[in-house]
Amino acid sequence: MLPPKYAKTFAIGLQNTFVYRWNILFRSLFALLPLAGTVFVWRTIFAEGSGEIGAYDYASMIWYFMLVLVVDNLVTPTEDEWQIAADIREGQISAFMVKPLNYLAYRVSLFLSYRLVYTMITLIPLVLVFSWFHEFVALPKHLLTWPVFFLSVGMAAAIAFLIAYSVALTAFWLLEISTLVFIIYSFEYFLSGHTFPIDIMPPWFQKILMFLPFPYEMFFPVQIFMEKVQGRALWTGLGIQAAWVLILWAASQVLWRRGIRKYQAVGG
Amino acid sequence: MRRYLEIYGIMLRNSLIREMNFKANFLLWIAVELCWFGGQMVFIEVLFRHVEAIGDWTKWQMVLLLGTHQLIGQIFQAFFFVNVANIPELVRTGKLDFMLMLPVDSQFAVSTRQFGLDNVVNGLVSVGIVTLSLFKLNLHPDSSQLLLFFGTLGFGVAVHYSVMFFLATISFWVVRAQGLFAGYFNTFSLGRYPDVVFKGIFRVIFTWIVPIILVANVPARLLMGSFSQPIVYPLFQLAVGAALVLAGSRIFWKFALARYTSARS
Repeated sequence: MLPPKYAKTFAIGLQNTFVYRWNILFRSLFALLPLAGTVFVWRTIFAEGSGEIGAYDYASMIWYFMLVLVVDNLVTPTEDEWQIAADIREGQISAFMVKPLNYLAYRVSLFLSYRLVYTMITLIPLVLVFSWFHEFVALPKHLLTWPVFFLSVGMAAAIAFLIAYSVALTAFWLLEISTLVFIIYSFEYFLSGHTFPIDIMPPWFQKILMFLPFPYEMFFPVQIFMEKVQGRALWTGLGIQAAWVLILWAASQVLWRRGIRKYQAVGG
Repeated sequence: MRRYLEIYGIMLRNSLIREMNFKANFLLWIAVELCWFGGQMVFIEVLFRHVEAIGDWTKWQMVLLLGTHQLIGQIFQAFFFVNVANIPELVRTGKLDFMLMLPVDSQFAVSTRQFGLDNVVNGLVSVGIVTLSLFKLNLHPDSSQLLLFFGTLGFGVAVHYSVMFFLATISFWVVRAQGLFAGYFNTFSLGRYPDVVFKGIFRVIFTWIVPIILVANVPARLLMGSFSQPIVYPLFQLAVGAALVLAGSRIFWKFALARYTSARS
C-alpha cells in the first residue's frame, strides 16, 4: 500500500528522532508549566464569577485544555519547517531532483514519524496530567464520536503540516524564514484554541474565525470529542476543514513549482 | 571593571553595525513581537468579557502587568538572549574553547557577544503599553516609585538571565538543547499572570526558589501602589531571590566547566 521508499523514510525518521528522546521529554515536561498557569488562571476566574463562562464550567474548561494538550502533540509540527528550510538553503533539494522521491511525500513520512515518537514520549507527562486531573475526564457518550474525532484530527494534522510546509518553502526566496514562522505561530497560538476556547469569543468574531484554517488545527477536533458540535454544524465544519486541506495542498504545490524553477535557474 | 566596559562597548558597536545590515529582518522581528503582544491583549480582552477582576487585578491592571512582563523580557533579550541561546552551539562545535581562552570571565564572554536592537524597539512598545495603562488607571507614580520600578526591572532581568543560563548550561550534558528556547519561554509564560492566581506548593516554588511570579508582579504592584504588605517585604523577596538564582546559575556553570572535555580534543 505504502511505497517501500516512504516506509523506509518513516523508519529512519523514527530512529533519528528517538535519539533525541531526552530532549523531547525535557521539552514536554516544560510544556506543562504554561498548562499549570492556565489552570490557575481559569480556576480563579471561575471562582470569581458565576461559575460559568459561555458554555463552560470549571470542569469542562480544564478538560478542554487536557484535550488540547493531546491534540497538540498529535498535530503540531516541531522540526519540519526548520528542516525543510535547511534542505533548501543548503542545497539538499538537488538530491531530490534526481531521486524518484516526491519531496512532499517524503516530508509527510517524516512528519508522521516525528508525531509518533513525540506522542509516545509525551505519553509520560500526559499520563501524569490525566491522573492528577482524573475527575475532569469526560469521555464521549456516543461511539460514533471517536472515528469522527480521529478523522478531524487527521485533517487538523494535514492543515498544520501544510501551513508549516508552505511557510518553509518561502526559503526559496527568503534568506531567513524564522520571522515568518513566528508570525504564523502567533496566529496559530491564539486562534487555534490553544490559549482559550474559541467559543468564548464574541459571536461575530467566531463567525469570521470559523472560515480561517486556524480553529481547525485544534479547537474543532476538541469540540467534536467534547460533543459540543453536532448535526449540521458538525458536517459543515468537517467540510470547511477538508476544504482547507485542499486549499493548502494546492498552495503548497504552487509554491513548490515556482520555488523549484527559481532554484534551478540559479543553478541548484 | 573598566576593561569589561570597554570590551562591551566594542561588542555593542559591532552588533549594531551587523543588525543595520539586515534592516528587513529587523523590522520583521518587530512585527513578530507585535503579533504576540496583540494576541496577549486579545486574550486579556476575552478574559475580562467574562469577569470583572482576577483577584485584585482589573483589566487595565493586567495590561500593565503584561506590559511590565514584556518590558523585562525585552531588556533581557536585548542584552543576553541570543548569546546565551548560542551556548549549546558553542559546546557542540567546540567553539567554547576559544571563549574559555579569552582573558575575561567565561560567563561574561558567552553572555555578551551580541545586542538585540529590535528588542529595544519592542521594549519601547512595552513602555508605551505601561504608560497607556497608567493613564487608563489614572495613576501618577512619583519619582521614588519610578526609581524603585526600574530597580526591580533589573532584578527581573537577572532572574530571566539566570534561568536561561541555567538551562543553557544543561547543554553540556544533553547533545542538542533545542528545547532550551521552549524551556525558557514556557517557564516565563507564568510571569504574565497575576500573583493571586497561584496557590499551594506551586506558588512556593515559583516565589521562593525560582521567583518567576515576582518578576513582573512586584514592579507592576509598585507602580499601582497595590501592595497589601509593607513594600520592603516583596522588594526584599525579589532581590534575594534574584541574587540566589544568579549565584545558582554561576555555580552550575563553574561545575559544568570543571567537567567539560572539549568536543575537539
